[in-house]
Amino acid sequence: MPTPTKGPRVGGGPAHERLILSNLATALFENDRITTTEAKAKRLRPLAERLITFAKRGDLAARRRVLAVVRDKGAVHRLFAEIAPDMAQREGGYTRITKIGARKGDNAPMAVIELVREPLSAKKATVKEAEAATKRAAKDAAAAPAEAAPAEEPTAAVEADEAAVSDAQADAPAVDLPEGAAPATTDGSAPEGYTVKGNASSKLYHEPDGQWYDQTVAEFWFKSAEDAEAAGFTKAGAKD
Amino acid sequence: MAVPKRKMSRSNTRSRRANWKATPTTLTTCPRCNAPRQPHIACPNCGTYNGRQYAEAERTEHQA
Ligand SMILES: [Zn+2]
Repeated sequence: MPTPTKGPRVGGGPAHERLILSNLATALFENDRITTTEAKAKRLRPLAERLITFAKRGDLAARRRVLAVVRDKGAVHRLFAEIAPDMAQREGGYTRITKIGARKGDNAPMAVIELVREPLSAKKATVKEAEAATKRAAKDAAAAPAEAAPAEEPTAAVEADEAAVSDAQADAPAVDLPEGAAPATTDGSAPEGYTVKGNASSKLYHEPDGQWYDQTVAEFWFKSAEDAEAAGFTKAGAKD
Repeated sequence: MAVPKRKMSRSNTRSRRANWKATPTTLTTCPRCNAPRQPHIACPNCGTYNGRQYAEAERTEHQA
């Protein structure tokens, strides 16, 4: 038995469903972004990504297979000539679905589905840089364990052990201690002189007047915002 | 066709309906404009999601 199609059925029958999906794909490749219902966006995504994979191949056979779905030659030309080169560096994940709330009238959950055409390098480079900075900071902390003086002895010992095995890329569950940071105390209170909370997984820090300060469970404590920035943390809520 | 044999009592009807309960919508605050918004949905006030702008998401108070 063939695996059933993932996601909800759309339209009044198989032919109608194919038509709806091909019209959605055509509109997406013509306009780069379309607003539709969440259900249709979720059905469109795998189809559109597959067509983009064909477009990246770029030969005549691939073009004919795309034309079997997207009947509009103008849209197919745009897909092969303009969209495919932008996706050359990207290994899948060519589209992005963002929910935009319910539609007035029938309260249908709506979404924007768009082609991810911005270059891959910019954001990924910063992420890699941040990871490298964290590793360097961890090594510095291991070299100078006196930095973490206000911490309790057992925690510091555990951190030092983990820093030692991090060279062997062991999958340590806890995170390495950045430079200028103190590990969290067991009761969640701030160590002496440390006021800024750091979240290890999101790499964000929270100052005492911040919006999420009270609800944040600190993995690290910093003396000031500058120390947190130096350790590779960014201010919470300062994304854009 | 299968049909009910007896009239359903008001008590049974009401005890069934007593379990239809509404739940409050989960809300978070928008990091950009601090307006309340639903998680994983672009902000209806300023239209941002994860640092990107979605004008389609913006709603006035007359639109739901
Ligand atoms: Zn907002």
